[in-house]
Amino acid sequence: MCEDCGCGLTGGIPVTVSAHSHAGHGEHEHGHAHGHEHAHDHGHEHTHDAGAEAHQTLNLRHAILEKNDLLAERNRGFFRARRLLVLNVLSSPGSGKTTLVGETIRRLGRRLKTGVIVGDLATDNDARRLRETGAPVVQITTGTVCHLDAEMVARAVKQLDLTGLGLLIIENVGNLVCPASYDLGEDLRVVMLSVTEGEDKPLKYPPMFHLANAVVISKVDLAGPCDFNRDAATANIRHIAPHARLFEVSSKAGTGMDDWCDYLIKQHEAAKARDPLGA
Amino acid sequence: MHEFSIMQSALDQALGEARKAGAVRVHEIRLRIGALSGVVPEALQFAFEALTQDTCAEGAVLAIEEVPARFWCAKCGREFVSRNLYAECPDCGTPSGELRAGREMELCSMEVDRE
Repeated sequence: MCEDCGCGLTGGIPVTVSAHSHAGHGEHEHGHAHGHEHAHDHGHEHTHDAGAEAHQTLNLRHAILEKNDLLAERNRGFFRARRLLVLNVLSSPGSGKTTLVGETIRRLGRRLKTGVIVGDLATDNDARRLRETGAPVVQITTGTVCHLDAEMVARAVKQLDLTGLGLLIIENVGNLVCPASYDLGEDLRVVMLSVTEGEDKPLKYPPMFHLANAVVISKVDLAGPCDFNRDAATANIRHIAPHARLFEVSSKAGTGMDDWCDYLIKQHEAAKARDPLGA
Repeated sequence: MHEFSIMQSALDQALGEARKAGAVRVHEIRLRIGALSGVVPEALQFAFEALTQDTCAEGAVLAIEEVPARFWCAKCGREFVSRNLYAECPDCGTPSGELRAGREMELCSMEVDRE
């Protein structure tokens, strides 16, 4: 709950967005829109006759996250107009998201210039690590909020230098549950699973894995010491996300990184070719 | 625990609609929550009780209709309900890429008293 006003942190979650490693300490932008306006009509039965039955059923049929979904579509339109390919990278904490993102930026180099929005509850450590690659990076610190939402991304994008960028990677808060519910306006959801986590993660967290366009098994250089059962893991991924492209990588040893980078370049070509006003 | 912020969103919408309809009391709020929505109904119930305190929905019933995951099997030409959330057809084993239901997070309706 917000410490400033006691509201339940909907409508717009207070986050700090810092574009520079020295900025943002102790800041708390208080950006809730207390969204009680509903300009659109929902057509519920509604009479004002005096003496009408006091008890009434209101038929609503709202998507609960309608506001986030609309903002996400606005982000998507903005990204498409800029011919950006946008990834939402998701995993539990410690799966190697930041290491993969850093290594991806280095390997893509000039072939595909990349910017990053990275979310964490606190610290800008990830942003500082990623800035060493030379890429533009914006850190979002969410405070106690366990996921990024479309509004946070819209605010962060405003602080990112998009000049010449072809790829925007959004590294979500490390969490396999909550971020699954929030569309950010991305093209591709990339869900990571490291060999140290156990083969049954996809079965334990089906909503997250079901939404993956690509699943990356990371830290494959540690598969032996971890007794990682590759066949069981891939079978579990196939049960939940049969449509997802599967990659097996080690960001440190370089295994599988060429395939992964080629995939991103092809996806970017497809993103560039599409009509920004088309479906 | 994103259920708290999701419940708050639903409640904001519900109370806004109640106000527009001139309602003074909310008796029941009905939601539909899909098995693949990533939201736990029990956590919503817990959040609902906490968040409705001192509102016109205090003491109201939160009725949650759980929507099972339903996929389309192109090979069999029919839908199937997936109890384990596997995307494979239980009859022919073909993986389905088409989820037809199960991602819902909807505020459906509510019972209110007007002045």
